[in-house]
Amino acid sequence: MNWVEFFNMGGYAIYVWSCYLLATIILSLNVWLPLRKYRGQQKKLRQQHETTS
Amino acid sequence: MIFQKYAAPKFFYPLAGKCLPWFAWLCVITLGIGLYLGLFVAPPDYQQGETVRIMFIHVPAAWMSMFIYAVMAGAAAIGLVWKIKLTDTFISSAAPIGASFTLLALLTGSIWGKPMWGTWWVWDARLTSELILLFLYLGFMSLQSAIDDPRRAARAGAILVLVGVINLPVIHYSVEWWNTLHQPTSVARLDGPRIHSSILIPLLVMMGAFKLFFISVVLLRMRSNILDDEADSRWLKEQGV
Repeated sequence: MNWVEFFNMGGYAIYVWSCYLLATIILSLNVWLPLRKYRGQQKKLRQQHETTS
Repeated sequence: MIFQKYAAPKFFYPLAGKCLPWFAWLCVITLGIGLYLGLFVAPPDYQQGETVRIMFIHVPAAWMSMFIYAVMAGAAAIGLVWKIKLTDTFISSAAPIGASFTLLALLTGSIWGKPMWGTWWVWDARLTSELILLFLYLGFMSLQSAIDDPRRAARAGAILVLVGVINLPVIHYSVEWWNTLHQPTSVARLDGPRIHSSILIPLLVMMGAFKLFFISVVLLRMRSNILDDEADSRWLKEQGV
């Protein structure tokens, strides 16, 4: 298959790829933000449990 | 009631932790297959050309925006009747994900509309009702953060979600009730889908991937919310986080 043609998307590259880029950004943020929060909570609670036990 | 036993944070927290990696990996695999089929296997549309590939993001995102809201409404009703705390946790965890999919559907729809309709936005019934859905999600989220007492916040949120449910049939039937620019339904029809399988299969696979994504992220968010609520609980210390 021809990669140039693939990325060109029949002249609609800007429309098609911006949609896929937006999906990537929105889905990544949906994983990253809660995961970062959760890891922080875990760390804090583990420290608390260690110091109180 | 057995459901209430498993709905206790003490049981749900480890259960969600065990299930999460399975859903997450299944999601990654399904997403890979869906993207491959959608970008490489599906043929370009005879009218819309390659822009039809936007559909594999746009349509599953739009379906998810409504699916998540419907599940939230179901949980809100159960929560109001049986007073189960876990449904409140679920609703507040699901809302940001639903809002994300709604935003994604609106943005990709707008980008698709520009080359095909010649405009980024029209106040068409389908587009307007989907925008209202975004405001319902955002309204729910700001209501939750505006009320300090968590029980009152949960109750008010559940009622808001239930009232907003009226918008779902409006979104679904908007393309039939009003003469709109948005094209009518072609998949969820009583007489069967009107799309060729080469397009329909990637669409359904992407739908599955987005569903698995929702389940994975909602479980993660629920675990995080349980840690917020139960930070001082004994079971958390005994089981370990």
